[in-house]
Amino acid sequence: MKAAEMGRPLVSIAGVHKHFGSFHALKGVSLDVHAGEVMCIIGASGSGKTTLLRCINQLVEIDRGAIWVDGELTGYRIEGTRLHRLPEKEIARQRLATGMVFQRFNLFPHMTALENIIEGPVRVQRRPRAEVVAEARALLARVGLESKADAYPAALSGGQQQRVAIARALAMKPKLMLFDEPTSALDPELVGEVLAAMKELAASGMTMIVVTHELGFAREVADRVVYMDAGMIVESGTAAEVLGSPKEARTRAFLSAVLS
Amino acid sequence: MTQASPSQAALPDISGYTVVPQRHWKRWLAVAVIAVLLAGLVRAFAQGQIEWRYVGQFLTAQSILSGLVNTVLMSIGAMALGIALGITAAVMRMSPNPVLQGVAMGYAWLFRGTPVILQLLLWFNLALVFPTIGFGDWSWRTVDVMTPAVAALLGLGINQGAYTSEVMRAGMLSVDQGQYEAAKAIGMTRMMSLRRIVFPQAMRVIIPPLGNEFIGMIKLTSLASVIQFAEILHNAQNIYYANSRVIELLIVAGIWYLVVVSILTPGQMLLERHFARGTQGGR
Repeated sequence: MKAAEMGRPLVSIAGVHKHFGSFHALKGVSLDVHAGEVMCIIGASGSGKTTLLRCINQLVEIDRGAIWVDGELTGYRIEGTRLHRLPEKEIARQRLATGMVFQRFNLFPHMTALENIIEGPVRVQRRPRAEVVAEARALLARVGLESKADAYPAALSGGQQQRVAIARALAMKPKLMLFDEPTSALDPELVGEVLAAMKELAASGMTMIVVTHELGFAREVADRVVYMDAGMIVESGTAAEVLGSPKEARTRAFLSAVLS
Repeated sequence: MTQASPSQAALPDISGYTVVPQRHWKRWLAVAVIAVLLAGLVRAFAQGQIEWRYVGQFLTAQSILSGLVNTVLMSIGAMALGIALGITAAVMRMSPNPVLQGVAMGYAWLFRGTPVILQLLLWFNLALVFPTIGFGDWSWRTVDVMTPAVAALLGLGINQGAYTSEVMRAGMLSVDQGQYEAAKAIGMTRMMSLRRIVFPQAMRVIIPPLGNEFIGMIKLTSLASVIQFAEILHNAQNIYYANSRVIELLIVAGIWYLVVVSILTPGQMLLERHFARGTQGGR
């Protein structure tokens, strides 16, 4: 628990509710993530773990509660005791604090790997192109793809695409990285290379929230594991606690179903 | 298959045989029939009451060529206006703002719901409704502003925009939702993600129907002859009103329409190749 003594959390989620029509996807979720911490969220599909992740960078708008990222309330401006919904431009600016890696990669197919990576820094952050290209090449080297800079996504394997997607998110220099089941759409033999890139990132001190089914990765890398079910956090603790000796019956049932 | 397995021992060895391609005798029969029909058609026109020398003479007549230039310029202008309005209407229609959605739907409803020729006549006769247009000191007589060319541009362009908006919308819908999300996740606003991420991908879907619409527009400009716009068909008609060579001049106009459309087709192929980059069949 290296994170516990670090003061103000980087991400603070307080009593968040979300409905999709009549479906109550999140039922009062509260959670803190500290800088440098790697948190894995596990749970069955439909448990709300992906929705929670998407709420953090406001791809999903929450119904009730609050999410703070780096001390800033997301989505709203506080005036006295009133909350004013932020305009789109401000929400776009807040999203710069988080990088997101999607289950289905979502690389831009009409751009090469390098163009995918520099698009955000050059167009959104308006940083000088030459500087960004140099950084992008370094990022590609970091994920082991320096030779693929000029390849279009269609010419890359799933594992390579996902590593480019990780580099694209890192190019924005986010304070926090969100991973939404980053290996679920991959062929089994390609999972390892993506997990290796993520392990390297975790070792470099990046704050990461990872929604995953890879319990081995969670056990090895996570500082904290959170088990969610039916829109609520059932159990949270170190990987050894939650995966090794779960206290809750629901967690035990899930783990035995996954491991069998 | 050089090494036959034991079970194939009884089968003949065909490895040295010649392959004879399938004979397409029905194809050759069809070619023969078409050739006979075509020869008959050519003969009929050659012997018919067409003075082909007039066709040759008027093909490059001053009035025909200026009409051709007007047709091409009007097609480009009206299509440009149509594309600009079409993109605007499609973006409004796909926006989360219900007012903008309603305006875009109303626009498509109004201009798709009335004949183009009626719209052209309305624009041309706008002076009957508003004798002058402008504000205060800045005003002009409508008849001076609403020349045949301006009326044709507005009539054809605004009508085209209503159709083009649906083509654009189809293109936007064809782009995966994940692309919008990925664009948002790197901090793009809606407008920037449309410009940088969505439309470049939508182009692949948009260009074939848009090429279709452009070809339609070239021929649609001929409708503007009813409001005295000097496009090629209008000028051809003026000549045959004087010399009574109706068919010859219609053939002249027809030849030029075919020439323009034939030039457009390879242009469309080049555009399609450009926007296919990153996909199979692209680079």
